[in-house]
Amino acid sequence: MTVVFILWLRELKKYLRSRVQIVASLGAPLMYLGVLGFGLGPVFRRAGEGSYLQFIAPGVIGMTVLFTAMFSGFTMLWDRQFGFLKETLVAPVPRLAIMIGRTLGGATVAVLQGTLIFVVTLIAGFRPESLLAVPLAFLVIALIAVIFSALATAIGSSLKEMQGFQMVMNFLVMPTFFLSGAIYPLEGLPRVLGALTRVDPLTYGVDGVRGLLIGRTHFGVALDVAVLLGVGVLFVLFGAWRFSKIEA
Amino acid sequence: MSDRPIIRVAHVVKSFGKVTAVNDVSFDVQAGEIFAFLGPNGAGKTTTIKMLTTLLRPTSGSLELDGLDPATHQTEVRRRFGVVFQDPSLDSDLTAWENMDVHGVLYHVPRRARRERSETLLRMFELWERRDDLVKTFSGGMKRRLEIARGLLHTPKVLFLDEPTLGLDPQSRNQMWTHVRNLNEAEHVTVFLTTHYMDEADRVADRIAVIDHGRIVATGSSAELKQQTSTGSLEAAFLALTGTTIRDESATAADQMRQVARVWRR
Repeated sequence: MTVVFILWLRELKKYLRSRVQIVASLGAPLMYLGVLGFGLGPVFRRAGEGSYLQFIAPGVIGMTVLFTAMFSGFTMLWDRQFGFLKETLVAPVPRLAIMIGRTLGGATVAVLQGTLIFVVTLIAGFRPESLLAVPLAFLVIALIAVIFSALATAIGSSLKEMQGFQMVMNFLVMPTFFLSGAIYPLEGLPRVLGALTRVDPLTYGVDGVRGLLIGRTHFGVALDVAVLLGVGVLFVLFGAWRFSKIEA
Repeated sequence: MSDRPIIRVAHVVKSFGKVTAVNDVSFDVQAGEIFAFLGPNGAGKTTTIKMLTTLLRPTSGSLELDGLDPATHQTEVRRRFGVVFQDPSLDSDLTAWENMDVHGVLYHVPRRARRERSETLLRMFELWERRDDLVKTFSGGMKRRLEIARGLLHTPKVLFLDEPTLGLDPQSRNQMWTHVRNLNEAEHVTVFLTTHYMDEADRVADRIAVIDHGRIVATGSSAELKQQTSTGSLEAAFLALTGTTIRDESATAADQMRQVARVWRR
């Protein structure tokens, strides 16, 4: 347990000391919130869908959590390239404890970054329907963070070079975001696109957060949480398996 | 020194696909010794260290560290050694103290002992005043000293140093080996080191093994190696044993034959 804690704490300290990373990672969410949120607002309203800012804010929070959690895979590659990973791999502790410590650390950082964006959305004018639902929404956000942090661990364990991470960003992270319904409603989509959105775990995360924060949900919060829990267990097991196979 | 070797390597082979990195290597290291494992680039030094430190399994042959097989008793073996890798393995975004602390937790050193030992080691390696500074602000020599201090935190029986002085200036190298020597005498820790600086091996090692093309080509004290090769310095002995071909490229067949002939002549 102490091993998990110290590795979790390490990720947290590194995040809090990296002001550049904190500020830089605000760029994309702010752009989506500002440009899309306000730019498409009038069209969205004319279509009878209400406030686009209200609609997109949970999506932007989900996007932030996705990007930050996946970035933890990059930090693992960094540790691999610059040696700290070896220090943990030769330690007399189970690899599972190391993997869980790293994954929870990455997930916590992602939740913190999501919280920061949540505050920004509030400043921009987003208003949750009920303040009581906010802590529940953050539980869903935490689930999203664990899922993608575990996936990042699995990918970071499988890649040997940092260049591979760019491919992950282009072919996995961006499609995951664009297919999640973060920036458009899931109703009335073409059949293929609709099917693709259903196999994307982030879809259920964004839908759950949106359901809790603004009362608008496509699948129902219960189903969203059930899917996230199931995928979470699968991805943690997958991450643990890939991490156990690392050769230094 | 005890009679039982603390490290025993017997007929070890390690292959990566068609490439044999370590080929039928055997040697022993006695407890309390400073043992230098020398060889040109790509000779098999780091692969051997990786097998001894549980990071790789041998293709065949057997290894023992303190009587335990690193391949089958990973956790027990890992408690018994500290290691400074060829590449830096510190977390440069943490302070020196935090790096020590993380290591202590990973090696289950109780909190109080962790603090006391960290202080002792940081003072010994002249890093105490900088304990709260981020490692990324340290010089190369300071980072290496910190890595050694960290590797000793859990009081290991064996300390592996894989080219620890690579890239350091002569002053830092000199200071580091003085620390290692003192430590070996004070704590009786067995030191297994690799280096490309022959003067360092000559100065600190009790015994030396030379590996080339994955095979041990000579073992003995520095004086014995010089005598075997009829040379006046360890560097000359090393070149006589391993040839002058630059090993980042393949050695020529003639060069390899010359080396085999040298081994046979002995």
